[in-house]
Amino acid sequence: MKKIAAHAGSFLAIVFFAVAVIGPWVAPQSPHAIDLRHAFELPSSSHWLGTADNGIDILSVLLHGARLAAVVAVGSVGLSLGVGALVGALAGTRGGWADRIVMSLADLVQSFPSIVLHVAVVALIARPSVFVVILALAANGWAPHARLARAQALSVRERDFILAARALGASEARIVLRHVLPNLAGPLVVSATSALGAAVLAESTLSFLGVGPGLATSWGALLDQGASVILRFPHVALVSGGALALTVLAFNLAGDELRDRLDPRTR
Amino acid sequence: MARYLALRTLRALATVVGVVLLVFALVRALPGDPARLILGDTATEGDIHAMRARLHLDAGLGEQLVLYVGDVADGSLGRSFRSPDETVASHIAEVFSDTLALAFVSIVLAWVLAIPLGVMAALSRGKALDRVARVVALAGVALPTIWLGPLLVLLFAVELRILPMPGDDEGGVLALVLPSVTIGAALAAALARQTRGAMIEVLAEPYVTAARARGLSRTRAALTHGLRNALLPVVTVSASQLGALLGGAVVAEKIFERRGLGTLMLDAFAARDIPVLQGTVLVVALLYVTVQLLLDLALAALDPRVRLR
Repeated sequence: MKKIAAHAGSFLAIVFFAVAVIGPWVAPQSPHAIDLRHAFELPSSSHWLGTADNGIDILSVLLHGARLAAVVAVGSVGLSLGVGALVGALAGTRGGWADRIVMSLADLVQSFPSIVLHVAVVALIARPSVFVVILALAANGWAPHARLARAQALSVRERDFILAARALGASEARIVLRHVLPNLAGPLVVSATSALGAAVLAESTLSFLGVGPGLATSWGALLDQGASVILRFPHVALVSGGALALTVLAFNLAGDELRDRLDPRTR
Repeated sequence: MARYLALRTLRALATVVGVVLLVFALVRALPGDPARLILGDTATEGDIHAMRARLHLDAGLGEQLVLYVGDVADGSLGRSFRSPDETVASHIAEVFSDTLALAFVSIVLAWVLAIPLGVMAALSRGKALDRVARVVALAGVALPTIWLGPLLVLLFAVELRILPMPGDDEGGVLALVLPSVTIGAALAAALARQTRGAMIEVLAEPYVTAARARGLSRTRAALTHGLRNALLPVVTVSASQLGALLGGAVVAEKIFERRGLGTLMLDAFAARDIPVLQGTVLVVALLYVTVQLLLDLALAALDPRVRLR
């Protein structure tokens, strides 16, 4: 049972990325095509998931929104992982002041509740965009990866092959990049997978709050609209939130499966 | 202990200074012109100039920093751009208790749900009940707050009509139920998982076996000797989830149209009311740092291993 769920999670995560790639091409309509006579219609043969305000086809919005979510997720997690792994590995390998600075910065960004920090960073730029949202998510996204990389680096640096590299005269940069980082790959891949789900959720949450990239195709923006008309047209919130929940669940399960595979000690 | 206390407090103070500076830096880089936003499109250049001067927007960054630190130090946090007669602190004080009440009820709810669930799951490890608890916990983690809120409204306020609709001012205490479940679900899920893990670990300890050997029943040994020790990591997780809880409050306040720090912050962002925005962000961060500090000190008092580290 557990295995099936884990496989299903990984499968759905792959489906999500596939939809993100081909979604906008196979979408039956433009996500901005207005059809006032068919606003807020229930699912039918012409609109498989029904329509939202102004008769916009919900399925088309979701297909376009998947790409937006995937771009934000991959962008922010990629940036967070790159920065986090590098400074974390450096802090753990070098110790001393480098370690103290990195850890204090991590403490600092983590002393804000995530959403509050994201809103504050988006407030940086008057015209919100996809790139701004990616930056906002990475502003504290790097910290958990850095902590993980540091903890792993602390144990890796005591190993004989690091001592051997040092004895051979390898530079600090070479030791971190060639010898420490590759040994951190496993745990970092696991934490990045879970982070992808969290980033999809964060993008939707920001859009829901009106602080997102400002695109109508965001799942969170559609859910916001659905929540405001839930009395009369609950299908909008049900469908858009369902897509979001399924994606977040998929990445959670996929992360768990990866962890079990890469680390046999965890049950 | 005194040394640990001093060091830990010093570290918290350093974080507070860092938070104050970071908030200043973040909000100062905002490119939109607040004077223009407050006065609207019809304002003349002269009006805008006067407003910029009144808000000290033309001052150098250093001077603005001095003014800002002064406002933080005297506790007023500056004055709102939109209603200059009131201090930001008074705006925040007005809604602070609303958010605090919501957060408090959510935590209590999460504890009441999660700890029995976690204990039962640990005692029936691998059996049906454990699996049910696992599914419930997974659902709690995976259900996004922004979806769970509308779903609860649909079920309990629209279909069943047993709880008040969002924005209902006469809802009373009942109006707190749906928002706190919305926020508390994720916390409860995380806590149930943690309680289960901690209980399984503690149940294998020799002192639990010894209690059983003295004739205590399995459940009694688990509750009197196991749970007390398992609660320590559970308390830690509760505090580490406080950030998520306050973030959840922002979402819940929007969904349920409640006033609080979250709606105050979002409104201030929309109106580019910089003093209110930075004041709210600052207060939320300070709240978070304070709770972490209190928790660390409490843990050090309870567990000597912590302060000897």
